Amino acid sequence: MTDTTNILFTGVGGQGILLASEITSDALIETGLDVKKSEVHGMAQRGGAVEAHLRFGKKVYSPLIEPGGADLQVSFELMESLRYIQYLKPESKVIVNTQRIYPLSVATGLMDYPEDVIGKLKDYGVEVYPVDAFQMAKEIGEVRVVNVILVGMLSRFLPVKEEVFFDIIKSRVKKQFVDVNLEAFKRGRELTGRTL
Amino acid sequence: MKRAFLSGNEAIARGAYEAGLRVASAYPGTPSTEILENLTAYEEIYSEWAPNEKVALEVALGASFAGVRAMASMKHVGLNVAADPLFTAAYTGVVGGLVVVTADDPAMHSSQNEQDNRNYALSAKVPMLEPSDSEECRRFTKLAFELSEQFDTPVLLRTTTRISHVKGIVFPEDPIKPKVPEGIVKMPEKFVMLPVHARKRKLVLHERIDSLREFSNEFKENRIHWGERSIGFITSGVSYCYVKEAFPDASVLKLSMVYPLPERLIKEFAGQVEKLYVVEELDPFLELQIKAMGIECTGKEVIPAWGELDQYRIKKAITGKEKKLFQSVELPPRPPAMCPGCPHRGVFYTLSRLKVFVSGDIGCYTLGALKPLSSMDTCVCMGASIGNAHGIEKALGTKVKGKVVAVIGDSTFIHSGITPLIDVVYNRGSSTIIILDNRTTAMTGHQGNPATGKTAMGEDTVEIDLEKLCRAVGVRRVQVINPHRIDETEKVIREELAVDEPSVIISKAPCALLPEERKRKKPLYAVDTELCTGCRVCLGLGCPAISWSPISREEAIKRGREKQKGLSVISEVLCTGCGECEIVCKFDAIKEVPGDD
Ligand SMILES: Cc1ncc(C[n+]2csc(CCOP(=O)(O)OP(=O)(O)O)c2C)c(N)n1
Repeated sequence: MTDTTNILFTGVGGQGILLASEITSDALIETGLDVKKSEVHGMAQRGGAVEAHLRFGKKVYSPLIEPGGADLQVSFELMESLRYIQYLKPESKVIVNTQRIYPLSVATGLMDYPEDVIGKLKDYGVEVYPVDAFQMAKEIGEVRVVNVILVGMLSRFLPVKEEVFFDIIKSRVKKQFVDVNLEAFKRGRELTGRTL
Repeated sequence: MKRAFLSGNEAIARGAYEAGLRVASAYPGTPSTEILENLTAYEEIYSEWAPNEKVALEVALGASFAGVRAMASMKHVGLNVAADPLFTAAYTGVVGGLVVVTADDPAMHSSQNEQDNRNYALSAKVPMLEPSDSEECRRFTKLAFELSEQFDTPVLLRTTTRISHVKGIVFPEDPIKPKVPEGIVKMPEKFVMLPVHARKRKLVLHERIDSLREFSNEFKENRIHWGERSIGFITSGVSYCYVKEAFPDASVLKLSMVYPLPERLIKEFAGQVEKLYVVEELDPFLELQIKAMGIECTGKEVIPAWGELDQYRIKKAITGKEKKLFQSVELPPRPPAMCPGCPHRGVFYTLSRLKVFVSGDIGCYTLGALKPLSSMDTCVCMGASIGNAHGIEKALGTKVKGKVVAVIGDSTFIHSGITPLIDVVYNRGSSTIIILDNRTTAMTGHQGNPATGKTAMGEDTVEIDLEKLCRAVGVRRVQVINPHRIDETEKVIREELAVDEPSVIISKAPCALLPEERKRKKPLYAVDTELCTGCRVCLGLGCPAISWSPISREEAIKRGREKQKGLSVISEVLCTGCGECEIVCKFDAIKEVPGDD
């Protein structure tokens, strides 16, 4: 099924990955595509590494991306962008929030956080789009919009009209937060430019 | 109707609602939990959390005897607990449709084993349906109720993690109204499984399976997709999805009823393909039956019998071709960890200091086995901690006196910890048992349980008094502690380890993630950098809010502690104010500070 596109979301439990992948799925479905999204609940959510697989196309069978099969990766945390490197292919696009969240081993000084993650990613030859989404969210005035900034960046690479995302954001967030979320989406979308 | 984007579990709940489900009972367990959680949204359906899966199935069976449609849902290991009623429910059969959902967890994302519950269908002689996506979850749940009534049998519906927790597009239909009879009808020959009745029902059971075997040949959900005939696949569930991607042009027989199998259909298919593969996760369940039909096929010789599959694993297994993948990078691991403010921490910190053997159990507190607390030494199945501790004590007697402790969560204690506690008392044991009462079933996402005073549907109810319960079964020594007070926790555990009779310590403090807890105004703690000596004792708590900040040699000299390598730092964002670090700090370097409200 070569017409299927694969998006891998990675990060740390509690970062809002599920909401981001949910908004993206809704937008793709609204556009008339078949979508499957796989996520893991339970043990994995207590601050552990988390991943979600989103696949879309005319007809999607498998809920999982195969190794070497991800077209796009959105990493909510810096070093988590490297954990699933075997899922990427040479032409993958990788959106990375440069925010660092230290696992216990690093926080307690037993291990070191990897250096120059972005450089390492680039060495693989993939296209990297780094962003300090946390800082940007602070500028917007609401730290909880980090995930919508990343969805905005991702949206450039999806066959979905901008307005579809606007409608979905409007229907999904509380009234008083619609404006900041729309701004977050637009700021994110500007970052990835007109690549398509 | 409008399409919806639902997980398999949401779709099962939707399908059950459309089928006119009236009574649902379940015990939480990943990946099955959201089925019952979603059912609570429908007013027409009575839904409840049972104390364990056996009770859940017995409640559903009772409702079925009463003539309404009923469902019990559980994770794979839950069906071990519910196996007793299942095997005999196969004899009694049903009145209202009865569906038992088992959600298996290949790859053990959140489980202690990865057993293949299709084997239960075969050994209990109960038909089993296996959906391969969310829309099939919805449709097959409805079909399962119909089959149950048509054939007078419980029906098993089996999912796996990648069915339960995958979202896909679903096309909801209108529900039918639950039918509720005027009263219950006595049918002793069907309901009372005395040997004299059971022997007759056993014959009914065999006739039924024969009719179902016949039916499965005509069952339209067992389908052949003809493609190239050089290679054919027999598969089911999520494996079907992987096969369709791995070999889009091949012929496929998709089995939706995995027990009993459609022998004629399988023979028809096998006869028309050159090379036949059976692709399934875990056990060679289909393969062995197909081989027993005298059909030549390839299965577990190439397909792994453990973990999950995906399209790549299948391609690789069959073609032998490997892709060139990026070299992976070594990274600091990021395992799940006890949350900041978790009440389990104080107990495990104390146990790690006491260097006792900790007979463990299953829940969030199993994370106490990980570094730096490293203080859980067994974990087998729910409720095992108490029996294990008793067995260790009976085996080694005075050699382990005062050195073994059992730990068990509140929900786990009610699930299956009360009977082993009775065993300890009855058989003159002297185990020390700590009940970790965090006022919720945290691991599976905060469900109520009989000790929390709230039902699944949100009503207030009687709250079991764990202290009185332990006393009532004959434990004379029961103490309740606040685990955040680490000093007292240590004192009490030492006291109870020293006595020569059974004792229970109830460690009572709410889970830090409960909504009431999150809202509560809390103190905030900070490190006084003048006083911190960098001794690292607080880091031994393994609290994600405390981190290590290295300092330079010059800085150390300036501070007058030449050997100091760094300082502890408390994140004001993550700190929940439990105060455990203040107690463990010997230098008074951790203090409560005014937080911003
Ligand atoms: C037979 C069985 N049913 C369900 C589960 C899933 N499960 C694991 S731990 C747990 C409950 C834990 O609750 P509790 O004992 O209160 O501990 P907490 O997570 O709150 O610390 C459940 C439902 C299981 N492992 N085995």
